[in-house]
Amino acid sequence: MGRIVLDKVKKTFGEVTVIPPLDLEIEDGEFVVFVGPSGCGKSTLLRLIAGLEDVSSGQIRIDGQDATNVAPAKRGLAMVFQSYALYPHMSVRKNIAFPLKMAKMEQAEIDRRVDSAASVLNLTPYLERRPGQLSGGQRQRVAIGRAIVREPAAFLFDEPLSNLDAALRVGMRLEISELHKRLATTMVYVTHDQVEAMTMADKIVVLQAGVIEQVGSPLTLYHTPRNKFVAGFIGSPRMNLLEGPEAQKRGAHTVGIRPEHITPSPTEGLWKGRVGVSEHLGSDTFFHVHLEGRDEPITVRAGGEVDMHHGDTIWLTPDESRMHRFDKAGLRIS
Amino acid sequence: MARNVTPQRKAINTVIAWAAGLLIFFPILWTILTSFKTEAQAISSPPVFLFFDWTLENYAVVQERSNYMRFLWNSVIIAGGSTVLGVLIAIPAAWSMAFVPSRRTKDILMWMLSTKMLPAVGVLYPIYLICIELGILDSRAALVVVLMLINLPIIVWMLYTYFKEIPGEILEAARMDGASLKAEILYVLTPMAVPGIASTMLLNFILAWNEAFWTLNLTAAKAAPLTAFIASYSSPEGLFYAKLSAASTMAIAPILILGWFSQKQLVRGLTFGAVK
Repeated sequence: MGRIVLDKVKKTFGEVTVIPPLDLEIEDGEFVVFVGPSGCGKSTLLRLIAGLEDVSSGQIRIDGQDATNVAPAKRGLAMVFQSYALYPHMSVRKNIAFPLKMAKMEQAEIDRRVDSAASVLNLTPYLERRPGQLSGGQRQRVAIGRAIVREPAAFLFDEPLSNLDAALRVGMRLEISELHKRLATTMVYVTHDQVEAMTMADKIVVLQAGVIEQVGSPLTLYHTPRNKFVAGFIGSPRMNLLEGPEAQKRGAHTVGIRPEHITPSPTEGLWKGRVGVSEHLGSDTFFHVHLEGRDEPITVRAGGEVDMHHGDTIWLTPDESRMHRFDKAGLRIS
Repeated sequence: MARNVTPQRKAINTVIAWAAGLLIFFPILWTILTSFKTEAQAISSPPVFLFFDWTLENYAVVQERSNYMRFLWNSVIIAGGSTVLGVLIAIPAAWSMAFVPSRRTKDILMWMLSTKMLPAVGVLYPIYLICIELGILDSRAALVVVLMLINLPIIVWMLYTYFKEIPGEILEAARMDGASLKAEILYVLTPMAVPGIASTMLLNFILAWNEAFWTLNLTAAKAAPLTAFIASYSSPEGLFYAKLSAASTMAIAPILILGWFSQKQLVRGLTFGAVK
């Protein structure tokens, strides 16, 4: 069981309020991702749940029990750190066994659990090695192994993939998702990478300056962002936001249209512009189009084999049904 | 960028390094050689380097005239005692500064270091008088305390640098893993800190062993360590260079051997934190 409730949780460091009073419910078995730009308070929020930071006011409940002033070790949560935080002087086996040893478990049971975790994570051949002799991906697996042997109420991940190279990151992303499917344990995952958030989460919590901007499933955030910030943050490349006459025409202060919802054409369309930089990814091409009378280019997604070059005239037609409208305060107009 | 090092250049570097090393070692080598000469050869001009009549006579005389073991024992107690006492005080100090730093931590560290910039003789009088008042002049206890205080800033600095290198996340991981404070210190912190503590102790032991100013000024007969043992053979009127050399060799031999066997630890200790 791992249902975590944050009730008006607030955190201040001296004079600075990092997290103003905040409410959040994390259901048992859910994969929740905290996402937001650097310094938005997502790691602090995770550390509050872990108990590594004390809340300034408010309450944290884990499975109905008040855990606000409970020591980290007693909360039944396991954490995977960005730097992996393995014990450098212990073998992989001892690293994974450490939490069980601390729980004073019987040696036979410790061995059984360590061996089973090691086989799940493909670590069996490395059990007698030290962390220093492992690759980044293997160290990450040891850190996860150390978390799963305890069979915790919930897993907390603090940007666990940001030290890995791109290829390994995709692999580990899948492995963590697999693990969640198999264990069905609550996972709280912090990242600044919206692709990780979109691909792994059941529920995404978008944070900015300690404030929750929106909570919802990845597709909810994609289709109906509650405000301009979420609209710009979720989706890659980011949504184009236009103010001025185009917005007024549609009865809004700002309108947003995603690059994938604009049709480019060399001959006809709604907006006329000139091709600036084009990024060829093979499967797709992203054109940065300069419209007349607009400084910021519009990003457009086209197929991989579109034959248009720098300086060519291009016509764009946005899909009106996919247009997002925002009022002056940046909130969505539905 | 990797520099291109030609074999010639490498050979020249090697020669220069050896020359510098020998230059530094020469006084010690000369002392050791002189200790095997007769008094006449020791002062002969031009000096003889290797081709003299090797003799152990000086050692025999020194051994006969003074109780080497007593001086050695004093040195061991004073250097060892001040080191252990210093580390016991410095560990909590360095610990709190490394793991719970405040706005003033840097200032405190600098202030501690600044005490090392004071000429020792500047506080000789007060300390001498305090020792007389307390009736601990010429006692090993006094020297243990004084040498500990003299070297404490260095111990704190070294330990601080070591502790700084232990990532805080590892301690947090231990806390998450259910380790009590005792278990955290016993299973995680200590094993990671021991190499640092060991090389700090080693360096401090050597510093205290070689300390001459305070040991000569605060001791007479009872608590005199090996530095005083050497000094007792340097007399302005007599020309006992060979015996002085023999005494010096005997005094530095233990620390030389200790240093030789632990040079790896020492180098690591001195450069720790300087390179990632």
